Amino acid sequence: MKVKNITQSVSARRRVSLSIYHILMLGFSFLMLYPMLWLVASSFKPNGDIFATASSLIPHNFTLEHYVDGWHGFSSHTFATFFKNSLVVALLSSAGMSFSSAVVAFGLARINFKGRNFWFVLMIITMMLPGQVMMIPRFVLFDKMGWVGTFLPMIVPSFFAGGFNIFLIMQFIRGIPRDMDEAAKIDGCSWYGVFGRIILPMIVPPLVTVGVLTFIGSWEDFMGALLYLNKPSMYTVAYALKMFNDSSQADYGATFAMSALSLIPVLTLFFFFQKNLVEGISIQGLKG
Amino acid sequence: MKKKTGLRQKCFSLLDRDNVAGYVFTFPFIIGLIVFTAIPFFTSLYLSFTEYNVLSPAKWIGIQNYKEMFFEDKLFWTSFKVTFKFAFIQVPIKLTVSLLVALVLARATRLTSFYRAAFYIPSLMGGSVAIALLWKQLFSRNGVINQILGIFGLPSDTSWLGNPKTALGTLIALGVWQFGSSMLIFLASIKNIPASYHEAAIVDGAGPVRRFFSITLPMLTPIIFFNLINQVIGAFQAFNSSYLITQGKPLNSTLYYGVHLYNKAFNQFRMGYGCAMAWFMLLIIAFFTALIFRSSSAWVYYESEGK
Repeated sequence: MKVKNITQSVSARRRVSLSIYHILMLGFSFLMLYPMLWLVASSFKPNGDIFATASSLIPHNFTLEHYVDGWHGFSSHTFATFFKNSLVVALLSSAGMSFSSAVVAFGLARINFKGRNFWFVLMIITMMLPGQVMMIPRFVLFDKMGWVGTFLPMIVPSFFAGGFNIFLIMQFIRGIPRDMDEAAKIDGCSWYGVFGRIILPMIVPPLVTVGVLTFIGSWEDFMGALLYLNKPSMYTVAYALKMFNDSSQADYGATFAMSALSLIPVLTLFFFFQKNLVEGISIQGLKG
Repeated sequence: MKKKTGLRQKCFSLLDRDNVAGYVFTFPFIIGLIVFTAIPFFTSLYLSFTEYNVLSPAKWIGIQNYKEMFFEDKLFWTSFKVTFKFAFIQVPIKLTVSLLVALVLARATRLTSFYRAAFYIPSLMGGSVAIALLWKQLFSRNGVINQILGIFGLPSDTSWLGNPKTALGTLIALGVWQFGSSMLIFLASIKNIPASYHEAAIVDGAGPVRRFFSITLPMLTPIIFFNLINQVIGAFQAFNSSYLITQGKPLNSTLYYGVHLYNKAFNQFRMGYGCAMAWFMLLIIAFFTALIFRSSSAWVYYESEGK
């Protein structure tokens, strides 16, 4: 009887502590997501209400006008143009990055060629190089090639693989038993066949991770657009938002509405590929 | 006919040799490394000794840019100090928060994946223009932060972004809010710690605090080390939050090094000067990375060493 009482009080105490845990965690989650919730709520409030009722997350005078007004964009280009531009840049970048990184990762992970370690070490070093050192000469290079004012500087470098992405795919390839490629080689398959027929179909998960991460990075890229895009018809969403905000200072609602729309693709990718993203980020730490 | 296939065969077997195939596969990386990294890297060093505005050819001026940087350009030192302050306040806070949250999140419950998503999402979108513009409004004088402070009876008319004392802090808060990705890295490595270590310690009578300091923390030092280097490199290169939210104002209290560099290179078209600044930053980052590496033997624990 006494023992039963004790176990009961222990499990009750555990339940209380678990409830406190969840209350605190839910509160913290709300705090973390609050800015985004506020953005969405404000985008549905009339301009006069946004700051007057800032602490309320529920719009009292619900309106869609900001979405309609904002979509018109500026200098006779609607946000449809900007979304299309962003989509083109981000899709091409992520396709180029996934495929080129897969090819390079296979070479570095599986083929025992002279100089392999040298290139591997260089890859690790370049991961740590600050991008701003290369920023100006790259701009000069693209300027000389006549690429300034086009999407090319924001897309083409992705076709030449990237350090962290190569590393992420290599980690995955290393987990695939070597017996498979050796058996295929004995059967007369070339390295190209091993890559195309055996490895490539097996590394879809890390390729998706690389593709999604590159897409998001490219979608949000502000610096590239700032440096290379010079006419409104070419603006990506990230850059257009900044210019739109500059041109319509007082129309907060429209900026919020377009900001909220600009985050939807990122959020959608997150919900569909959450597992890939979490694993990709976690692997990042394993390289240390 | 037979000869032709023989030649093709030969070609193919040559292409399939390890030393050839290896380079065929790594070709994109090597070309990219040369064209987009190595050549710009060294060109940047060369340009740092020139006056160059893109339109007319670069003119060699020796160490003039560096002299100007160190002795004449007051904003250079301002931006240098701002960036140091930014990095040395933001990085420790961000690492501590991400470690603590990861520890709390290691307890598996039914809602864990929701919490993880909620904490990670800000770091996924925090660098975007949308969030930067939003941050500006959250912290404006009549913004929601002040209104909430007002509800609790606290001073509610702080001009967060207009006051040189609070502006940088507001940008640091934006950075800390994005602790999600380093939290995920911590979380993955906390889960990698063998449960048997904790079980053995419990048998020996160690409490949770003792276990944290004797097991969890030492086992995490390699990851702390990795996150620390990553965050320091990232913080020194910060650009977006200052450029989009404060433009370096008020009184240059948020003028990041990266923003000053950008202004010099792309507003005043002083590419040579910009390159000199970039190289100086590279040296500073290299110095701190080396410092962290050198000190690591004293505090980073690698299991394979079997200390």
